[in-house]
Amino acid sequence: MFRPVLKIALLLCAATAFAQTKYPGVGKPAAADRVKAADKTVMADGRGLPAGKGNVETGRGLYKTHCAECHNEAGEGRDKQWPALVGGTGTLATKAAKKTVGSYWPYATTVWDTISRSMPYNNPGTLKPDEVYAITAFVLHLNNIVPASQELDEKSLPQVKMPNRDGFIPTVHPDVKAKR
Amino acid sequence: MADRRSFLGLAAVLTACTKSSKAPSVVEQSMAPYGERAAAETNILRTATERTGSIGVGSSTTPLQELHGVITPSALHFERHHAGIPKIDPAKHTLLVHGLVAQPMEFTLDDLKRLPAVTRTHFIECSGNGGGELRGVAGATVEKSHGLLSCSEWTGVPLKFLLEQAGVKPEAKWVIAEGADACRMARSIPMAKCMEDALVVYGQNGEALRPGQGYPLRLLLPGFEGNSSVKWLDRLHVTEEPAQSNQETAHYTDLLPNGKARQFSFVMDTNSVITRPSGGQKIAGGAGFVEISGIAWTGNGKIKRVEVSTDGGKTWIDAALEEPVLSRSLVRFRAPWVWDGKDAVIQSRATDETGYLQPTRDEIVEARGMNSQYHYHGVKPWVVKADGSVTNV
Repeated sequence: MFRPVLKIALLLCAATAFAQTKYPGVGKPAAADRVKAADKTVMADGRGLPAGKGNVETGRGLYKTHCAECHNEAGEGRDKQWPALVGGTGTLATKAAKKTVGSYWPYATTVWDTISRSMPYNNPGTLKPDEVYAITAFVLHLNNIVPASQELDEKSLPQVKMPNRDGFIPTVHPDVKAKR
Repeated sequence: MADRRSFLGLAAVLTACTKSSKAPSVVEQSMAPYGERAAAETNILRTATERTGSIGVGSSTTPLQELHGVITPSALHFERHHAGIPKIDPAKHTLLVHGLVAQPMEFTLDDLKRLPAVTRTHFIECSGNGGGELRGVAGATVEKSHGLLSCSEWTGVPLKFLLEQAGVKPEAKWVIAEGADACRMARSIPMAKCMEDALVVYGQNGEALRPGQGYPLRLLLPGFEGNSSVKWLDRLHVTEEPAQSNQETAHYTDLLPNGKARQFSFVMDTNSVITRPSGGQKIAGGAGFVEISGIAWTGNGKIKRVEVSTDGGKTWIDAALEEPVLSRSLVRFRAPWVWDGKDAVIQSRATDETGYLQPTRDEIVEARGMNSQYHYHGVKPWVVKADGSVTNV
């Protein structure tokens, strides 16, 4: 990426900064490609999402292959053990609150990130970005958040507004008052 | 000197043995390279609950009713895993610090051990500890009601040192901590906590971390909900904003009666519980003196006071706090009790150094409703029956 001379200059700069730390010689500067390979963070505004795309229809098939065994055919979950991905809309302020992707999750990027890093449970981190976009699109469609014709990519996914986007508040602490 | 004394003691025992026709078992025990518990104590165990069909998801609880003092033996530390325990080669494990820093840095375990270390005693409590009490499914034992709580002596490096070593930028407000487990669990931690007392630890109770506690490296956020003390830590991403990761949106958020959810409610509230006598135990030998003993803790800092009631909360007496009373650590309290042999309800309540008093279950339900099982910290009563048996209410 950089020409050799520039690379050396950058390394020298890094070495200078390195020498000025409180604990010189401890730890190694990490090269940009090392950081890039490790950095899987996806921010809510879409930073960190890799280039790629997938649509609801492709997602339907991939979901059947990778997700339905646990989350069931239409995302309804199984046997309380396996969380439902759909339902619960309008229940959060009731005694029967049901927290799902559709009713509770504030960001569509979190759906992508969860599938990408943690799913499928027994083989996490193996789905390609395009597959993750497709499954994300399908799961959002199951929740009536995007239409059946939807295709998602790194630009459009962060634009999807989740129903409970404004459902979270900062914590005031402490919040319980005890009487002596 | 001590060696000589113990040698003489051993010699005396050996002499006694040779004189007896039946040798005591002491001479039959080998000095194992790694010690075992006494045979009669091996029934003191954690209880594990794993989700059917998915090994690695679930929790195990600490049998607090069986423990003395405040330190949890490493082998009995509670566990809560979201994707199992990874096998990690410590020689290959590194910690990457990157993002809003002057120079991204990578640290091996050897690097970390060169830095000035600290050893501190802190509890870790799962955010969901006591959730059953809130739901009205009172735990029959302390392990059932409060067992997602343990306390260890942790050794490691202040996270502040690592952030300074990489040259953290002024605009940085959060650090996303990520683990090397199968689900690469990640949590966003406010910068203030990272610079205050967060540790990156490799030691637990004098030895390396146990695999179930994040071997070879974990984040340790004193007084914060356990989930945020990311195990198997291998990446710290310095950012302006939180990641809004799965765990900090879908899960560890506290749904209130109005349908809104508290987010980033890290601090574990002031809490206490009597561990002896407690549910499942029996006061042997009838009426008379019984010491009431238990543990208190708070994410707010130090426990200032623990009161104990033996009449269902009508009257309270101050318990003695065992020194040293450490910040964000379990504290052992003790109170004398002369039991009249009649039915009694015993309970404790703690006050922390900020003046916050541990509430009752009703007061928590009043403030938060019933929809979130996290951060429960209500007063826990036990019923002592005339026959000495102790049960939950």
